[in-house]
Amino acid sequence: MTAVFESIGLFFVRVFEETGLWFRMLWRTFRWTFRPPFSIGEWARQMVRVGFDSIPVVVLTTMFTGMVLALQTFNGFARVHAENFVGSVVSLAMLRELSPVLVALMVTGRVGSSMAAEIGTMRVTEQIDALKALATDPVQYLFVPRVIAGIVMLPLLTILGDALGIYGGYLVAVRLMGANPVIYSGATYNFLDMNDLWSGVIKSAAFGLILTLTGCVRGYYTYGGAEGVGRSTTNAVVSASLIILLADFFLTKVLF
Amino acid sequence: MPMISLQHVYKSFGDKRVLDDMSLDIDEGESVVIVGGSGTGKSVTLKHIIGLLRPDKGKVVVDGEDIGTMPEYELNRFRRRFGMAFQEGALFDSMSVFENIAFPLRRHTEMTEKQVRDRVEECLDLVHLERGAGAKRPSELSGGMRRRVGFARAISLKPAILLFDEPTTGLDPVISDVIAELIREMDHTLNTTTVTITHDMKVAFKIADRVAMLFKGKIVEQGTPDVFQRSTSPIVQQFIEGRAEGPLTE
Repeated sequence: MTAVFESIGLFFVRVFEETGLWFRMLWRTFRWTFRPPFSIGEWARQMVRVGFDSIPVVVLTTMFTGMVLALQTFNGFARVHAENFVGSVVSLAMLRELSPVLVALMVTGRVGSSMAAEIGTMRVTEQIDALKALATDPVQYLFVPRVIAGIVMLPLLTILGDALGIYGGYLVAVRLMGANPVIYSGATYNFLDMNDLWSGVIKSAAFGLILTLTGCVRGYYTYGGAEGVGRSTTNAVVSASLIILLADFFLTKVLF
Repeated sequence: MPMISLQHVYKSFGDKRVLDDMSLDIDEGESVVIVGGSGTGKSVTLKHIIGLLRPDKGKVVVDGEDIGTMPEYELNRFRRRFGMAFQEGALFDSMSVFENIAFPLRRHTEMTEKQVRDRVEECLDLVHLERGAGAKRPSELSGGMRRRVGFARAISLKPAILLFDEPTTGLDPVISDVIAELIREMDHTLNTTTVTITHDMKVAFKIADRVAMLFKGKIVEQGTPDVFQRSTSPIVQQFIEGRAEGPLTE
């Protein structure tokens, strides 16, 4: 029985340690953001990597989500003769929830994991020590460009996802299910206001911060060679996804 | 006043004490080689000198400044006085050889691209690498070439202190000798204070003005190569002769 309580206690100690570490690194990242030298080239490279290179994944995910959402709701709403509201449901769901969260989870899988693997490999091959020896703070050189790329590019990807999800829904409802295009389009925009868009965008910026910082922190504290790199990569994806889902609830509560 | 002074340094990792009241002074312009078996704290000592690790107790004074207590931001700037070459080179594998050597120049100087290119070529010449090597990726290089590129990167900012971490480990005897010659040559040409850690006695005797033996977390013997070789310490003699029996293995 004592062992059970001990393991529960240790679990909570670990959670608190990890949380403390995450916020400490967030603070260090924030401080180093405003100190020269500024690696603008590296910032741009990371933005391309996080944003531009993620476009295919975002296109497929959000467009098909919009399509399937329209398909499901159209069939369901038809039972109560409410097909005219499908456009509103798709657009509200995409803007407020699905696009920010799905984009964040997909980018976590694609970019968060590779950041953890890259920085983790740098750790086990002494490249992080080499950076320090070359008078370069690893947080400034590695964390800052990645975190900024996440905060800037995730909202842009989310806006792209919003548009594609709504368009996917339109395609299915109008072309496949035979909805009236004018009524559908009207329903799509009539019930939206700017707050729906902005809340999704703000959430996605927060998710961008979470997924990049978690990937960086996990990679930075890698130990134990190739096995350690694998462990950090998995942990980065699992932790970032969980934090994103938790943060999603609290941010939604605050923003809506 | 010595250029580098480790004063009664203690360092533990968990329950394991690695440095135990370790003291060592290194004068300006001197080439000191720290020798010792695996796990005796050689790399830990080197990392203390450049501030990658901080002592639990004791002082690490470099050029009159206690770097053990220096804030991280200041320490970061202070490290420009150092050049450190790592065991396997620790080259940035996302960059070419040229970009690796140019990295500190672009980051810490106001040099134009032409000046950077000239300095990188100068550094490649100093470590006897062809200028064409600049276009290669670290993964395309042999072990010896990786070390040389690591050396070139370490000297690019013209540091006052050069640190070498196991520069010949894993290399064949001929390449080891070539690397040792190169370290000696760089030490003389650049007139730096040089600290090298190795367990290769041939290399140690070739490049050292003074050899210091680290055992159980402290320096147990030190002297010029000749004096060190004639040491009556059974620890030193066992290490030089590479015998299995003796105080090192008890």
